[in-house]
Amino acid sequence: MTILLVLTSLILISIAVWQLTKILELSKPADYDDSEIASDKDNDMQGKLMFLFLIFIYALTIFSFYQWGDVMLPESASVHGENYDNLLWFSFAVIFFVQTITQALLHYFAFKYRGNKKRKALFFADSTFLEGVWTIIPTIALAGLILYGLFTWVDIMTIEENDDALVVELYAQQFNWKARYAGEDGVLGDANVRFLQDFGGKNLVGIDPTDRNGDDDIVVQELHLPVNREVVFRIRSQDVLHSAFMPHFRAQMNAVPGMINQFAFIPNVTTEEIRLRPEIVEKVRKINKIRFDKSEDLVASGDFPLDPYEFDFLLLCNKICGASHYNMQMKIVVETEEEFNRWLDDQPTFKEFVQ
Amino acid sequence: MANRGNRRAKIVGTDIEIDITEKKDIVIESHDDDHGHDDNHHKETFITKYIFSIDHKMISKQYLITGLIMGIVGIAMSLLFRLQLAWPEESFGIFDVLLGKWATDGVMDPNVYLALVTIHGTIMVFFVLTAGLSGTFSNLLIPLQIGARDMASGFLNMISYWLFFISSALMIASLFVEAGPAAAGWTIYPPLSALPQAQPGSAAGMTLWLVSMAFFIASSLLAALNYIVTVLNLRTKGMTMTRLPLTVWAFLVTAIIGVVSFPVLLSAALLLIMDRSFGTSFFLSDIFIQGEVLHYQGGSPVLFEHLFWFLGHPEVYIVLLPALGIASEVIATNARKPIFGYRAMVGSILAIAFLSTIVWGHHMFVTGMNPFLGSVFTFTTLLIAIPSAVKAFNYITTIWKGNIQFNPAMLFAIGLVSTFITGGLTGIILGDSALDINLHDTYFVVAHFHLVMGISALYGLFAGVYHWYPRMFGRMMNKTLGYVHFWITAISAYGVFFPMHFIGMAGLPRRYYTNTNFPYFDDVANINVIITLFALLAGAAQIIFLYNFISSMYYGKKAEQNPWKSTTLEWTAPIKHIHGNWPGKIPHVFRWAYDYSKPGSKEDFVPQNVPLKKGEKELQH
Ligand code: HEM
Ligand SMILES: [Cu+2]
Ligand SMILES: [Cu+2]
Repeated sequence: MTILLVLTSLILISIAVWQLTKILELSKPADYDDSEIASDKDNDMQGKLMFLFLIFIYALTIFSFYQWGDVMLPESASVHGENYDNLLWFSFAVIFFVQTITQALLHYFAFKYRGNKKRKALFFADSTFLEGVWTIIPTIALAGLILYGLFTWVDIMTIEENDDALVVELYAQQFNWKARYAGEDGVLGDANVRFLQDFGGKNLVGIDPTDRNGDDDIVVQELHLPVNREVVFRIRSQDVLHSAFMPHFRAQMNAVPGMINQFAFIPNVTTEEIRLRPEIVEKVRKINKIRFDKSEDLVASGDFPLDPYEFDFLLLCNKICGASHYNMQMKIVVETEEEFNRWLDDQPTFKEFVQ
Repeated sequence: MANRGNRRAKIVGTDIEIDITEKKDIVIESHDDDHGHDDNHHKETFITKYIFSIDHKMISKQYLITGLIMGIVGIAMSLLFRLQLAWPEESFGIFDVLLGKWATDGVMDPNVYLALVTIHGTIMVFFVLTAGLSGTFSNLLIPLQIGARDMASGFLNMISYWLFFISSALMIASLFVEAGPAAAGWTIYPPLSALPQAQPGSAAGMTLWLVSMAFFIASSLLAALNYIVTVLNLRTKGMTMTRLPLTVWAFLVTAIIGVVSFPVLLSAALLLIMDRSFGTSFFLSDIFIQGEVLHYQGGSPVLFEHLFWFLGHPEVYIVLLPALGIASEVIATNARKPIFGYRAMVGSILAIAFLSTIVWGHHMFVTGMNPFLGSVFTFTTLLIAIPSAVKAFNYITTIWKGNIQFNPAMLFAIGLVSTFITGGLTGIILGDSALDINLHDTYFVVAHFHLVMGISALYGLFAGVYHWYPRMFGRMMNKTLGYVHFWITAISAYGVFFPMHFIGMAGLPRRYYTNTNFPYFDDVANINVIITLFALLAGAAQIIFLYNFISSMYYGKKAEQNPWKSTTLEWTAPIKHIHGNWPGKIPHVFRWAYDYSKPGSKEDFVPQNVPLKKGEKELQH
């Protein structure tokens, strides 16, 4: 209903604007200059509107940060996340500064130099000095950004596999994720899609049954990670491209059939802990309020209410992969080493599972 | 009639000049014998004049109208999926009407959502902003601004339009196939696009998409070759390369980029067709789908991504450079000032063109590409920001101390500079491989490319239409409607795309059919509603434009010869369109295209065909 109202009002507004211009045109005085070329009056008016538009851009920016600043970058939960965030805010500061200045110059000049019959433009065609300035300044700024960015990039992408890193396979298929842990021996068994049909379909990620390293592998549907320990992901897909996107950990890597991709990070806060952070508490409160309001409508029309929301880390699919792409996610639980080990011990190994 | 001016052509790469006057004359003469110069006694039939025309001015109109029609389809699609995003899984009567069996009870099907974003993206990028923008204005302006009677080959020119037409028709036809149109995203990454088992759109819909694009590429290659040859060989006497208007420079370089990069897309499409239909494994390996292990071995989807983006990124500039060229022209004319830093502008066009072919990897930072390669692409990508910045600053300096005439075209040109800056700056974030990790494929990307490429180029298209409408149709568009069109569009464009940065930073992936299936993104739902409202408003504003465009053709005020007091040659040709553009001699050129408000001249503009006065110096540009 609200939608219908909004739609109708939108259509009405546009009709109103249209009619208004019609009326304006019809009500022109007799001596009106009906040329379709901008007159001094037009120039004056449009120049002032240009200035207003500058204010609009600033206002929109301020409004957006004020209103939506809180959704902007979720809490970081990995060690490199902090470096990432610093780089991001630094780069933002730079472009924000440039944006503010250049938009001001552009729109202010448009306003200030709005034309009229008496004005004469300055014949100013070239200035090696000025052009030098605005070639060199961006070059220096960009050189800084490139260097800073590349250090961070190399830092994030270099995987030094130390012995106590946890190796986890992320396995994508239309439309869900699975994770595989290496088990006691710390080595993932070989795998290929050719083995998927073995054991009546119970070989969920296609582990090679002849590779003994795979016997103690553990395949699960919920990703558990121990806090403060490096996790190295091996990422596979069985059908189309998917992308393992873990926004809280500032982590993303595509899942490509026929390839094994890698990404590594160190989670540095447990799910329990992060749920207590004020930002997260606030987010949960906000979402639950939205869900509560929606539920009231639902109940009123005889449906079930929505479940309340509790914060969890998520692994999202971030590469278009088909109809249910929007609904392909896996819960991530970050916990202490003991909790993690206890949980892992409870899961059946591959050998146990296929029997 | 005999005198056509001296037409000399230089054979590229040599010092040999040949006189092509004679040969050319024969061609044109034969026209002229038919119907003389004032085209009152045309013997042309309706078919040769309006349909299979070989006249560049008519072909330009054909491109424009086809592009606008495709634009209506593309924008209507975006409104449909925006409705779905704002009010997910809500039932809409309009879905029922337009989508039929794909929206049972008016609720959009997820596959159709993907099909809509796919076809929307394809249409907007290729059909509207490549063919519609560059096809229209390259055709109209290259011969008129360099002082040529037509394109080097009018016949090829006609063929390229009709290939484009076939391609458009196929793309539209693909909307009606049983299993639905292509739905793998406009980037059609395999295996999704290769396997009908993966999604229904990858059956006949994808076949049509690929065939349509093959025609499109053929069309744009023929067109581009024609543009290049025309600019290099058919310039009138005195029109040296350094006197070319920046529009022509932009069209020339755009055509060159197209010739370099479109064939690579064609090969990608052909290999994909082979994988789809003939069982090869260029892009596929180790696939298990729908309970079956497929036979493909050894191919790589990442290879496809490389091939696709080798075109895909230059494509951004194929879309953008003509818009920037148009903006240069419109801004200089309406600021009544020479474009600032002509040489730097040409230099940056060339630099952008070169760099644009070596940055494609920035679309692939997280595909599993070697991180070192990622570093290289970050480096080249951020380099391209330098010539882009130079262009932006030069535009700003051009309007500084100008005498700005706010014709509707000028508003759109300034709007272009504004969105080009806003969108370009976020490119610095996305081009940084480290930062792209968390932003890749989120709405932040959607915000970025819409502002920098979509909206900027669209503004370029509008600026061009408002500016050259008198040249194309001999009548003026209504300026008041133009103003209203601009301001509603400008406000809603920021209203649509600015908030998308925020939901993208929140981690919201693009190409999601709904964001409320799980609670995590519930707190951005209201932002999505706001975006959709602005999108509807933007859509409504385009109706104003269409109305103005069509009604002015019949009821617009008759245009004068040179309404914007412009210096370039197209305004010296008669308003009434004739074959060969100028009834008598082709004007000769004596100066660059930007003598606006030159001290010492009475008027505030001196057309290119006016000889230098005694003692007047041509600017050492
Ligand atoms: C009323 C104006 C427009 C609106 C509201 C709009 C909105 C959108 C949205 C919401 C998406 C989908 C993002 C996603 O889920 O991935 C999208 C995709 C896209 N749009 Fe637009 N858009 C508009 C105009 C344009 C223009 C002018 C262009 C020209 C370049 C364009 C090019 C694209 C492309 C290339 C895609 C990517 C499609 C894909 O994800 O496969 N759009 N647009
Ligand atoms: Cu997926
Ligand atoms: Cu690119």
